[in-house]
This record gives sequence, structure tokens and C-alpha cells, in this order.
Amino acid sequence: MSVEFNNVSGTMVVGISGEIDHHSAKDIRSKIDSEIVENLPTRVVLDLSGTTFMDSSGLGLVLGRFKKTSELNIPFEVVNPNTKIYKILKLAGVDKIVTIKGIGI
Amino acid sequence: MRIKFCAISQNEAFSRIVITGFMSAFDPTVEELADVKTAVSEAVTNCVVHAYRGRTDGEIVMEAKMYSSGKLTIKICDKGCGIENIEQAMQPLFTTDAENERSGMGFSIMETFTDKIKVKSRIGAGTTVVMHKMLSSAKK
Repeated sequence: MSVEFNNVSGTMVVGISGEIDHHSAKDIRSKIDSEIVENLPTRVVLDLSGTTFMDSSGLGLVLGRFKKTSELNIPFEVVNPNTKIYKILKLAGVDKIVTIKGIGI
Repeated sequence: MRIKFCAISQNEAFSRIVITGFMSAFDPTVEELADVKTAVSEAVTNCVVHAYRGRTDGEIVMEAKMYSSGKLTIKICDKGCGIENIEQAMQPLFTTDAENERSGMGFSIMETFTDKIKVKSRIGAGTTVVMHKMLSSAKK
């Protein structure tokens, strides 16, 4: 698992590669939260194009970052989840509260 | 197949590798493989997070059987604290660990991604989760 940050014109793109489970989620969460506090972006985009697996721990991660950015009034979106990950996001109703784009890539 | 492993978070990925390896011999579809892998991950994570509550000396037993009918059965057991109210624990979004961003969707995912799930639990004795999934390769 790796987390990469790309900051362009105030938008922070967070690319997560590999698997998001309970074991990896804690580290990913702490890296993203530190980067948000340090850079205070105007928008946060969670890019899941490199994410190969996600379970309910990933749901907690996505919803937690949505909550955190909402508290800071920072728009948040999820992009490029594969169809398996999107199925889990949809099951939990995440698609109703978070903007999700580029499904199935 | 029967395997016993330590209830530590590193083994969540290990359990996914094991079930993927077991199933691959039975020609599952990509979707079936992903569904079962996710359901197993949820059951094993529950053992690590809830049953043993961070204890590192706990053990998890995972059994998988493939029947000639095409039915796959997976049993995951722990000897942890047990679940007080199974019905409540299986409700979507119910969690006892919101502080650590647990989504409370573990059992819902297991239910959705398999055909049938049975949960048996006794306080202080542990929990057994049995999941069934019919593989489409059996219909060929």
C-alpha cells in the first residue's frame, strides 16, 4: 500500500495504491489527515484508480475523510473506484453523500 | 482446507490470499472471487478488532470446503469475547468502535457478498461465522 499526494492549484489529489483494509487504513488515515492540516487545500480528491481492494475499513476511511473535510469546509470527492469498490461504496450509501466520479476504471 | 493463524491485523491480507488460492482451483468468476475475498476479510477483521480487541495472542481458524454441487462453505472461528446481541451486531451501520472509524458495515457486506451466513456466538467463548456461496462454475 502507498499513498501519494499531488497538490495543484489548491487541489490535493490523494492517490492510494494497493489494498485498503483494517491493517492499512490507520496509516493511510494518518498520512491524509496530516497532509490536509499542513496544506489546507481548497479541494480534496481521493483517487482510487490504483486501489485493488477495499473492505468496510475503506468505507470508514472514506467517510472519515469526508467528515474531516466537511468540518473544514473543503469540498471532497472520490474518483476512479473499480466496480468492486464502487459496489461497496454504494452498499453503504456513500454515493448519496459523496461525489463519486469515473466508476469502473 | 483448514488453517489456524494469529489474530493480528497483518493476517487480514493473508486470509484473503489463502481463500483466493483455495477458490482458484474451482474456476470462480472474477466477481465471485472478489465477493468471497471481501466477505472473508470482513469476518477475519471482526475477529482481530472485536473478538480479541487488540490482543495479539488470539487465534483464528478458517475452514473452506467445496462440494460437488458447486457450493463453497467457509467457516471462520475465534475464541474471543463473543457477541452479546447478534441481531444488533448484524444491523447495517451498527458498530461498537466508531472512534476508530469502523463503519459498521462488516456483517452487511458478508450478507450481501455471499448467499447465506450463519453466526453463532457465546459470551466469553467465541464466535463462529459460516458463509455459503454457490459458484457459477458448477452450473457449467
